[in-house]
Amino acid sequence: MSVAEIASSPQVAESAGKAPVVNDFSISVATKNGSGSQTANTTLLRALFKMGIPVSGKNVFPSNIQGMPTWYTIRVSKDNYIGRRLHADIVIAMNPATAIEDHQNVQPGGVFMYADDIKIPMNRKDLSYYPIPVKKIASENETDPKLRSYVANMVYVGALAQLLSIDLSDIEAALMHHFRGKRKPVDSNMKVVRFSAEWAKANLPKTDPYSVTRLNKTEGLIMIDGNTAAGLGAIYGGVTFVAWYPITPATGVADSLNEYLPRLRIDPETKEPTYAIVQSEDELAALGMVIGAGWAGVRSMTSTSGPGISLMAEFTGYGYFADIPAVIWDVQRMGPSTGMPTKVSQGDIIPAHYLGHGDGRHPCLIPGSVYECFEFGWRAFDVAEQLQTPVFVLSDLDLGMNQWMTKPFDYPEEPINRGKVLSAEDLQKLGIGGFKRYRDVDGDGVAWRTLPGTEHPAAAFFTRGTGHNEDAKLSERTEDWDNNMARLARKFETGRKIVPQPEIDLVEGAEIGIIAYGSTDAPIGEARAILAEQGIKASYLRVRALPLAHSVNDFVAAHKRTYVVEMNSDAQMCQLVRLEMPEMATLVRPCNHNDGMPLTAVWISEAIVNKEKSK
Amino acid sequence: MATVPVVKPAPQGGTPAPTATAAKKLNLIGLERTDYKGADSTLCAGCGHDSIAAQIITACYEVGLPPEQVIKLSGIGCSSKSPAYFMSRAFGINTLHGRMATVATGALTANHKLTGIGVSGDGDTGSIGLGNFKHMLRRNVHMVYIIENNGVYGLTKGQFSATADVGQELKHAGRNELPPIDLCMEALATDCGFVARGFAGDPKQVVALIKAALSHRGTAVLDIISPCVTFNNRDESTKSYAWGKANDERINDFTFVAQQSEITAEIEPGETKEVEMHDGSHIVIKRLDQGHDPTDRKAAMTLLQDAREKQLFITGLIYVDSSRESLAEHENLGDVPLARLPNAKLRPSKESLLKIMNAMV
Repeated sequence: MSVAEIASSPQVAESAGKAPVVNDFSISVATKNGSGSQTANTTLLRALFKMGIPVSGKNVFPSNIQGMPTWYTIRVSKDNYIGRRLHADIVIAMNPATAIEDHQNVQPGGVFMYADDIKIPMNRKDLSYYPIPVKKIASENETDPKLRSYVANMVYVGALAQLLSIDLSDIEAALMHHFRGKRKPVDSNMKVVRFSAEWAKANLPKTDPYSVTRLNKTEGLIMIDGNTAAGLGAIYGGVTFVAWYPITPATGVADSLNEYLPRLRIDPETKEPTYAIVQSEDELAALGMVIGAGWAGVRSMTSTSGPGISLMAEFTGYGYFADIPAVIWDVQRMGPSTGMPTKVSQGDIIPAHYLGHGDGRHPCLIPGSVYECFEFGWRAFDVAEQLQTPVFVLSDLDLGMNQWMTKPFDYPEEPINRGKVLSAEDLQKLGIGGFKRYRDVDGDGVAWRTLPGTEHPAAAFFTRGTGHNEDAKLSERTEDWDNNMARLARKFETGRKIVPQPEIDLVEGAEIGIIAYGSTDAPIGEARAILAEQGIKASYLRVRALPLAHSVNDFVAAHKRTYVVEMNSDAQMCQLVRLEMPEMATLVRPCNHNDGMPLTAVWISEAIVNKEKSK
Repeated sequence: MATVPVVKPAPQGGTPAPTATAAKKLNLIGLERTDYKGADSTLCAGCGHDSIAAQIITACYEVGLPPEQVIKLSGIGCSSKSPAYFMSRAFGINTLHGRMATVATGALTANHKLTGIGVSGDGDTGSIGLGNFKHMLRRNVHMVYIIENNGVYGLTKGQFSATADVGQELKHAGRNELPPIDLCMEALATDCGFVARGFAGDPKQVVALIKAALSHRGTAVLDIISPCVTFNNRDESTKSYAWGKANDERINDFTFVAQQSEITAEIEPGETKEVEMHDGSHIVIKRLDQGHDPTDRKAAMTLLQDAREKQLFITGLIYVDSSRESLAEHENLGDVPLARLPNAKLRPSKESLLKIMNAMV
C-alpha cells in the first residue's frame, strides 16, 4: 500500500488502533430476496469499479420470488483477486432472520452494519458496530410506501459510501448506468444516498480500518454478466434461430438475445427481422426446433441448464448421428435433479459430453470468463457448422448471472465459417451420383451436405436416426454401420483440433500442475500465489474445450502430480483427463468441492497443501 | 407457403393409378408422375399407409409441387417410415418418436418458403408427441400434418394407442377400457384452422383433402384412418377396412380449385359453400346429409362430439379457417428465407459492437 493511498483516506486514522486496510476487503449484504436490494448492490459494485478498483460481485440467492434470505458479496481487491472469499470483512445485516449467523460470520476485526430494528446480542469485541435507522431514513425521504422498501436499500449504500469513502459521484454514475440515464429514478435514489451519507457522517464515528481510494486498474474495462455476453457473442456469430424454455440460471441468455437481436438483426432495406426466436413448450422441443433449423441451414441455438440438458438427450444423440449442427448453451447449476437451482456447479461436464443413448461424444466449449462467453458465443457456430454436430458451451451460474470486469469484447476477425455445403452449381459439376451425403470425401470425418430447398434433382437426401449408408439410405449392414461409426470417430478427432486449445502457464521447476476450467479460473491465480508463499510452485493449465487437446497429456507428463480443480462431486474432468491418458492416470488427482458456492482461493490452496502432505 | 400452380387449372379430385400411357403425361411444371415416386415400401402388404403415400404422390404431382421445394417430415413408427416411400427428390427427415412437430417448427421457420408435408401416426401424435403437436398448432406452423391413424402400435407388435376405441379388442393387448383421444377435436381445441378426417380406403377423398391442405395457411391436420392389416383389421375394429367401408359417413364432398382457375360448372347442384384459401385457391364444398358447415367452429366441435357419442365414422372437411397468421408471418419473416441469408447479413457491424461496449463501462 502506498503512502498516498493511506493519506487520501483521512478517516482511517481515526479508527481504533487497527491497521488501515485500503482497497482490499470483502462486503456481504444480507437481505431478503425480492426486496429490491439488487439495484443497491450492483450500484455499489459499479461505483467501486468506476473508482478504478478491481471488484467482483456475487449474488447468493434462493430459489424463491420473495422473502427468503439472500446475500450479495462484493470483493474489493487492489491485487485483482476476484474469486470469492468465505467470510466478509464488512457485513451489512438487513435481514433479522439471518442476523445471528451473519454476525458470527464477520471476519475478525471486521464491521457489522445493521438495520437498527435488528435486536441480537452485539457481543463481539473485535467488531465495529454501526446501527442504521433504515426505516426512519427511508420514510423521511420517500413518501410513496410502495417505493419505500426499495429506497431503504439505498440507505445502506449512503452509509457505507460515507464510511468507506466511496465517491458519491461514482454512486450517481452507477445509478445512471443502472437506470439507463433516466434522471427521475436516479434523483430519487440519490436523495436517499446523500441523506444517509450525511446522517452517517454526523452520527457514526468511524472505528474500522476499511476504506477505498481511487485507483486506475479498471480503465478501459467493462462490466457485464456472462449470460448477456453469451447472447451478444451468439449474435456476432450470426445466430438466426433461437428456441428456448425458461430456466434458472440460463434465462439471461435468452433475455440478452431478446434485447439485442431486435436492435442488431433488422434488415436495413426491408425492415424485417433476419432472425426468429421461439419460446418453446419445453427443452426437448427447444432442441428439436434447433435441430430442425440447423438441418434447414441456419445458425441455431438454445440455452438451458441441467434439467434441460436431461430432456435434450435424445435429440443430441440424433444430431450427432445424423450430422446436424446445433449450439446448446448450458449455464450449469447444482444438480442432480432439481438440486439447488440458484447455486453454481460444474456438474454437467460428463453428462453433456456424453449426452444421448448409445455411443457418442460431443464437443464442449468451456468459457473461463465473460470475455470467453462472448468469444465462444460466436465461435460455437463455426465449430458446430464445420463439424455438423451439436456443440455444447458449458458456462455456469457464477459466470452467467454475476457481473464481471472484462476487457471489451473484440469483434471476430475470422470470417464466418459455414462448413461444407454444396450448392446447386456444385451438384451440377459433381454429376449424377457424385453427391453422397455421408461420404467422407476429405478424410476428416465431415461429409458435404446440401440444404433443403437446393434446386437440383440430386440435392435431396433422407435424414434419419436409423442406421444409414453413405447415401443416407436405411441400412443395417455391418460394413455400413462400421463405416459410419468410424467416420464419426474421425470427426471427433477433427473436432479435437479445431476447438479452443488450453491456456497453459508452465512454471520453471514446478513439481505440481493444476488443471481447472470455467469460472473456477477466477480464484486459481490467488490460490497459486498462496501456494507460492508456502513454497509450492504450481503450473496451470486451463481447459477450454472437450475433446481434450494433446497438450493436456504433455502438461500432465511434465509434472509429478496434477490436481484437477473443479466444482462437482464426481470429479468429472479428472475422470476425463485420466481416460485420455490411462498410462498416467495415477498422476492425475481430483481436487473437487461442490457446495453450490464458487470455490475460494483459500480452499483450493489448503486442499492442495493437504493433498501434497499425503502424497 | 404451398406452391400451387398459377398457370392453368389442376385436374380435380383423385386420379386412378397411372397407366403405361399416362406415365408420359407431364404436370404443370413439366414433371412426370414418376418424378414424385419414392423408394419401395417396406410396410406390410395392404397397409393403409401405402395407399396414403400413393395419394400424396398423386396430389403433389397434380398440383405441380416442385419436389425440391418440399420437405417431408415424420416421427417414429410405421407411419413415419412412409416419407421414404414418396417423392425421393424431396428432402426428408425422419425425426424422433413424437417430435416431428418440433423439428418442423425449426425447419419451416429457417426456410418458410418450403412446403412441409409431415406424416405421423396415432402413437406418435396422440401419445408421446401430443404436447408438441398441440403447441405446433398453437403456433400455426405452415405445413400439412397427416396422421395415419390405425389405433395400434405396429412396430412394437400390437399395443393399443391412445386413439383406440373403448371396448376394442386386440389379440395381445386385450380389451381397451380407456376413452380415445380424438385428434381432430384436439386440433380444433388448439385453434387449428384446417381439420379434416379421411379414410385410406377412399383415395379420391384423401387426394382432395391433401390438395386443399396444401393451400391452407398454417397447420392443416388430416387425420386419416389407415387400417393396420397385421394388428388391427378385424371387421369389428373401427380402424379396419371393412368397418370403414361400411360406416364411412361423408359430411361433405368438395372440389379443390387451384389459384386463378375459374370455378366451373363441374360442381354438382346442391347446397355448396365456397371457401377462399390464403393462396388464392378455392375449395367448393358440397354439404351432404349432416348439413355441416365447415367454417363454423362450434358446429365442428358439435359434429365431432356427436360422432364420438354415436361412434359414427365421419369423413370430410370438418373445419376450415385460413384467417390466422402462420408462425412465419407472426415472426414477420421476409421474402428471403432465413436459411438463404448471405453471411454479410448474419454478423452485425464492428461499429455496433463498439457502441454496445461503450455503454457498459
